[in-house]
Amino acid sequence: MRAAHMSTDVTTTAPASADAALARPLTQLEALESEAIHIFREVAGEFERPVLLFSGGKDSIVMLHLARKAFWPAAVPFAVMHVDTGHNFPEVIAYRDAVVAEHRLRLVVASVQDAIDSGAVRERPDGSRNALQTVPLLDGITANGFDAVFGGGRRDEEKARAKERVFSLRDEFGQWDPRRQRPELWDLYNGRHARGEHVRVFPLSNWTELDVWRYIERERIPLPEIYYAHEREVFQRDGMWLAAGDWGGPRGDEVVERRQVRYRTVGDMSCTGAVESDAVTVADVIAEVAVSRLTERGATRADDRASEAAMEDRKREGYF
Amino acid sequence: MGTTMTQQDHDERADPAAGLAAGLAAGHRASTHHERDLLRLATAGSVDDGKSTLIGRLLYDTKSVLADQLAAVERASQARGGEVVDLALLTDGLRAEREQGITIDVAYRYFSTATRAFVLADTPGHVQYTRNMVTGASTAELAIVLVDARKGVLEQTRRHATIAALLGVPHVVLAVNKMDLVGFDEATFTAIADEFTLYAAGLGVHDVRAIPLSALAGDNVVDRSARTPWYAGPTLLEHLEAVPVDRDPTTEPLRFPVQYVIRPQTPDHPDYRGYAGRIASGVVRVGEDVVVLPSGRRTSVVGIDTFDGELDVAHAPQSVTLRLADDVDISRGDVLAPAADAPVTGADLTGTLCWLADAPSVPGARVLVRSGTRTVRAILRTVDSRLHIDTLTVEPGVDRLALNDIGTVQLRLAEPIVLDDYAEHRRTGAFLLVDPADGTTLAAGMVGPSTVVGLAGAEERCRAL
Repeated sequence: MRAAHMSTDVTTTAPASADAALARPLTQLEALESEAIHIFREVAGEFERPVLLFSGGKDSIVMLHLARKAFWPAAVPFAVMHVDTGHNFPEVIAYRDAVVAEHRLRLVVASVQDAIDSGAVRERPDGSRNALQTVPLLDGITANGFDAVFGGGRRDEEKARAKERVFSLRDEFGQWDPRRQRPELWDLYNGRHARGEHVRVFPLSNWTELDVWRYIERERIPLPEIYYAHEREVFQRDGMWLAAGDWGGPRGDEVVERRQVRYRTVGDMSCTGAVESDAVTVADVIAEVAVSRLTERGATRADDRASEAAMEDRKREGYF
Repeated sequence: MGTTMTQQDHDERADPAAGLAAGLAAGHRASTHHERDLLRLATAGSVDDGKSTLIGRLLYDTKSVLADQLAAVERASQARGGEVVDLALLTDGLRAEREQGITIDVAYRYFSTATRAFVLADTPGHVQYTRNMVTGASTAELAIVLVDARKGVLEQTRRHATIAALLGVPHVVLAVNKMDLVGFDEATFTAIADEFTLYAAGLGVHDVRAIPLSALAGDNVVDRSARTPWYAGPTLLEHLEAVPVDRDPTTEPLRFPVQYVIRPQTPDHPDYRGYAGRIASGVVRVGEDVVVLPSGRRTSVVGIDTFDGELDVAHAPQSVTLRLADDVDISRGDVLAPAADAPVTGADLTGTLCWLADAPSVPGARVLVRSGTRTVRAILRTVDSRLHIDTLTVEPGVDRLALNDIGTVQLRLAEPIVLDDYAEHRRTGAFLLVDPADGTTLAAGMVGPSTVVGLAGAEERCRAL
């Protein structure tokens, strides 16, 4: 006997029953949404004190939206925490406060400025506070006894993140050890941890930047205005447009100009660059992202350009 | 088959971004991209097989590698003294991996076409990383097994097929790579394809698609090759776009593991009580009689709620909230199933384990079994047999499993759970073994004894044919 090396045609034949229509596979966004809702509910069912990291950035906004869906008609059963660098875009803080009020959330603020004032961390010569967030983040987790911390990290963002688990165990120092990660199989997430340890949870692990934007469009989720094209005073540094502001830019030789820009990510003002853009609607942004030749971090994050392993090193220390 | 794709078809296929942008410009918002579905797949292999090149090719040809990523890889390649861009550096993300030039851990990659998005679990191929292959295969609907056309089916190839079969991956692609190095010879391809297809059939894998390709040159990866006129089948990407993304839920019985009880206790919803979960398999309808397991109490579904409104019917893998007719005692860990067709429950579990922990199993160990949303205490009573994953031979009469061993075991549970056979119920037949002391994930488990025995006989059966 010889086996044929080509299989029978694997294309599905639609079921003949009346259920055919309902058996339609989920669309990609439906599948990602269902997976994220499942993750939120797993955490609520397994942990005592979860918290959702909320920066007012689009990923954390989408996370909060999914959390509301997961527990409706009940309220989101956990607090939100903002790690505040003190270098905020005013539009983002206004958005944060409006969302917290609207959904009656409990907001915990972990302040980088407080950590600097108390001597826990020291301001860097370049004025960037992105890397300084780790200490107040970990202190906030410890002080509040949070045992699960939802982050908006996506595996498509960066190559160290591509290896991240959905449930990522951190030791009592908040450290990530990529070689000692638990294998994660099926949809069985193992969140067991010792006292003092916590688990970082990433419900958007399998989303890409474009998926996030399409979901924002589909769900009509409002965002802070800075995500859409607007005129702003900016100056160029390291090939990026940085916003002029109190945090310390521009330096003497840097020229401030008015440009039409938008932000692809929202972070510390000192190291989050704007891109030139005339995308004023979600659809415009989707079209722009779809044809972009740069990743969002590559385009807009100075901190990730430092070295090949910049993100891996920060994550090991307990960063988001 | 037979119809040649036009260049335009190719362009649209290879460049979803351009297609999307064009669609948006034409005013077709929300049309093109919202119909796209999602396929999860896994690859196993080593750099020698050209795995990283193949993945790099898929990412690159679907425009999923962006300029700054490519520039970073070019810089890194040059820093290492390489003359050509090493696409493996795109996928090997950890410092230790780049330093050692190997893939250690599972990495997840994302690419998409106009009709489908893909989540690719990229796993290392060497025997010491079997646990990573098992992890990647656990969620995959399709596995790509790579062979070098010059070397044919190797022990490693058989191991990868075995793991795909063990984890119940329904579709397997045999990518016969480096066809350019054998002159695109049909007979070479056919011999490899026949040998592998027979082996896979012995493992119970019946959907095998063998594709002759060259990842380096791009033949039959995205674009059809002019150098394989004798091959009438699809390119790799065409095949990835065609396989079903999931089992048809209407052919499977309902399983609904309860994750969380929703009780708002607000003025708007003073008495609301809903059972939140993701449908693991099958279909649920309003009015359906269900049984709550393991208690065995019966009730019926009176409402299917979502944030976006009530549904009359829902199916796997949707996340929903069910309201039930009776105020029965239901909590996280319970499973709802059709009252007319209830699954077996029990406290004695015969299962197949893949041992994932560095320390071997201890006879009589007290462990936790995590099945669905339920966690129960258990004792690992016996190990009945062990499959050596490096030699694919079975050893009876062993008393423990070491890292990467696959074996049949007997577990005694402190409480009964639903015992769905993994071969039929991939979501509810799976379980984890967890160390109660420190939470370590010890093993991946599959309910049912038959797998290892079946696997071990495969090669003999193959030879006998």
